[in-house]
Amino acid sequence: MVTNPSHEAVSAHYGWRDWLSQRVTAVVMALYTLLVFGVVVWHGGLDYSVWKGLFANNAFKLATFLFMIALFFHAWVGVRNIAMDYVKPTGWRLAVQMVVICMLIAYAGWTIQILWGAV
Amino acid sequence: MAASGLTIMAVLERRIVKPRPVYLNLLEIRQPLPAIVSILHRISGALLFLVGIPVLLWGVHVSVASPEAFAQWKSVMAQPLWKLVALALAWAYIHHLLAGLRHLALDVHVGVELAPARRSSAIVLVLSLLLTIIVAVRLW
Repeated sequence: MVTNPSHEAVSAHYGWRDWLSQRVTAVVMALYTLLVFGVVVWHGGLDYSVWKGLFANNAFKLATFLFMIALFFHAWVGVRNIAMDYVKPTGWRLAVQMVVICMLIAYAGWTIQILWGAV
Repeated sequence: MAASGLTIMAVLERRIVKPRPVYLNLLEIRQPLPAIVSILHRISGALLFLVGIPVLLWGVHVSVASPEAFAQWKSVMAQPLWKLVALALAWAYIHHLLAGLRHLALDVHVGVELAPARRSSAIVLVLSLLLTIIVAVRLW
């Protein structure tokens, strides 16, 4: 099979992957937003019993988890784009990106703690 | 061959002698509406990452624990400063969502011509402000 080595050397695929993941995660979040909005309108507002009931429901927990993971991926692609545009020195940009990655992983841990932790 | 080479040389030299004017005073350039929606998309995204995610996680964490915690969270959110934070985040979320939906439409080649692109960016700006006003009315 003949491949063009220059394509692989510059990793021409990761931009496409980011482009797609940004859109897939956006659709996931938009659908979840509709779901939560619908639930709130259905109940005519949010009191504690509705709120607690939602977070006791395993399907809602999984939907929320999916939303949060989509959010963290989406935030990563977006913030990395901002860093690539404005933070020119490579070292600083790397530092910013590492801080962002650590924050997002910590947020993912916090999300699991909230959804399935023993409160 | 030699002639075209000379032409290229001439063009290159001209560029060096006479550079194109660059005017990048962002405060004085009148930005077109799609550009305003675009930069607000970026600003709202940054705001949602820096403030939105931690406030969202904190809010869910403290409010879901017990009826007392829920009531306490509600009283905290009733403070004017927190209302402003919630309102700013509501605008950021709504604008980011609507501008994102516009982006998805553009991706599938819907509304890419100049006039519809301008119209949809105006709709995004106005609709997100209107929805934010509705949120503000409900908050106060």
